[in-house]
Amino acid sequence: MAVQFSEEKLNKVKEIIARYPEGKQKSALIPVLHLAQESFGGWLSAETMDYVASLLQLTSIEVYEVATFYSMYNLKPVGKYLFEVCQTGPCMLRGSDDIIAYIREKLNIGVGETTTDGLFTLKTVECLGACGYAPMMQLGKHFREHLTKAKVDEIIAECRREANN
Amino acid sequence: MGRKLLLDKAHIEGIRYYDVYRKNGGYAAAEKALKSMSPDLVTEEVKKSGLRGRGGAGFPTGLKWSFLAKPEGVPRYLVCNADESEPGTFKDRYLMEFLPHLLIEGLLISSFALGANRTYIYIRGEYAWIPDILEEAIREAHKNGWLGKNIQGTGFDLEIYVQRGAGAYICGEETALIESLEGKRGNPRIKPPFPAVKGLWQCPTVVNNVETLAAVVPIINIGGDEYVKIGIGKSTGTKLISACGNINKPGVYEIDMTISVEEFIYSDEYCGGIPNGKRLKACIPGGSSVPILPANLLLKTAKGEPRMMTYESLNDGGFATGSMMGSGGFIVFDEDQCVVRHTLSLARFYHHESCGQCSPCREGTGWMERVLKNIENGKGKMSDIDLLWDIQRKIEGNTICPLGDAAAWPVAAAIRHFRDEFEWHVRNPEEALKRNFGLAHYADPLPVVAAAAV
Repeated sequence: MAVQFSEEKLNKVKEIIARYPEGKQKSALIPVLHLAQESFGGWLSAETMDYVASLLQLTSIEVYEVATFYSMYNLKPVGKYLFEVCQTGPCMLRGSDDIIAYIREKLNIGVGETTTDGLFTLKTVECLGACGYAPMMQLGKHFREHLTKAKVDEIIAECRREANN
Repeated sequence: MGRKLLLDKAHIEGIRYYDVYRKNGGYAAAEKALKSMSPDLVTEEVKKSGLRGRGGAGFPTGLKWSFLAKPEGVPRYLVCNADESEPGTFKDRYLMEFLPHLLIEGLLISSFALGANRTYIYIRGEYAWIPDILEEAIREAHKNGWLGKNIQGTGFDLEIYVQRGAGAYICGEETALIESLEGKRGNPRIKPPFPAVKGLWQCPTVVNNVETLAAVVPIINIGGDEYVKIGIGKSTGTKLISACGNINKPGVYEIDMTISVEEFIYSDEYCGGIPNGKRLKACIPGGSSVPILPANLLLKTAKGEPRMMTYESLNDGGFATGSMMGSGGFIVFDEDQCVVRHTLSLARFYHHESCGQCSPCREGTGWMERVLKNIENGKGKMSDIDLLWDIQRKIEGNTICPLGDAAAWPVAAAIRHFRDEFEWHVRNPEEALKRNFGLAHYADPLPVVAAAAV
């Protein structure tokens, strides 16, 4: 299947480009890459990046160099649910190491791995700005905070339920 | 109760929405500025207020504004730095999430003062739900005539746009932020030229932190002369502190800069003390980049005076015995925490976040992480401690941007104040894997150093 935004998403791209002065549409690259990642399976393939380049009239390398710089872009496929658990100092003080170990055990995967059913990927990330509500993780658009083992169980169950529906 | 200027209305239900915000005095400052003041007068008021950049550097905001070049026919830009990524810091998130109109109003007044007609909020990508809140506030402001063309009939035009980043601590550095906003990798630029002369798309640009721009609203409301009366010395007005780590009440607090560190940690109005009756071991008072202090030096300066929550007092003694206000990210360690392990976590953070442009930072942060990992994992040598000291010294001051310094300082301060904890790890590798060094002597009163000797 060729990579192609829907009509609605193409309008969104136009709206993003209109935020900048004329001729400065390279500025749209980071927001459009977010949109592409959301639209095409949660990661950026070379094909997706080339498509974004053509949309914004950039060379492919201009897109690759940006996509490889920022940690939120996934350059290989990830599970349907991406657990991004913060491991930086303030979260560490509140027990993030135990949470990471517990998720590994529960899902039987290592950091950076995806479960065989393709549902979950575990990633450790650096400070997400939720230090007061630690330990925490990002799941999709939102933060899950004050994590405990029981909460992790709930989140996993919630994802499984959603995936089965 | 300290005076509150930013969060005084945060508890009002629905304050996130225009009608409630307006009914509670919102946009009065914008009205005053746009209708009865000139742009220069607004800048003058901000100068008088003594407001200092709330992102971490503490540079006087009015002065920064006065550096903005104003060549004829060239657009000027205001960029709001909402890339909040300094570990321990989560105050801007709170402001944007709960008081979006306060930020929009601050941006409107500041854009008016600077003559900017197009303003960007650059927000860290992980705060993925907040752009929706900000964009809703922008829509409401538009609808009510506070954005767009000829705002409130004054002839001033302004559009505000929200731009999401995509995960890069370095984009909090203003020139890296500008590069990122231009759709590039977040590599900091060599200065000069400064953004005030050549910033976004090579046009004159001011980059200010969220809290700084929000503070412009009360400054215009009460006047710079009134604002400057709050606080102590050059620490004027109020400051948001995001408190985390081992405390009973983590969260975002607004302080007028007149309270002591001890009061901030133990008073029920703020952090509420340390859980489970544990004792205080250490604290990083201003975000992960600033020096960690042991309990004794945190609560009292080397001169034996109580340390206050002000820019000057937190810095009292320089880096030898003091720290910094930084971004207000206040990280508290109880007696069970291991300073070596925490320093390793920060070293890993800076290694991960180094943009890779300058070799001292790109290579040095990786070396520090590896050496610290060895010490933490029972494979350290005594000479590693000196090696760490040597590496951090060679990073500091030798990079294009301050990330190098930010990576060096936490390691330097940890060794400076907790060297015996590092040595204990090297000497007792087996034991260090099983237990922590504990509180040791870090809370013991220190001999008072005469002021002249500091």
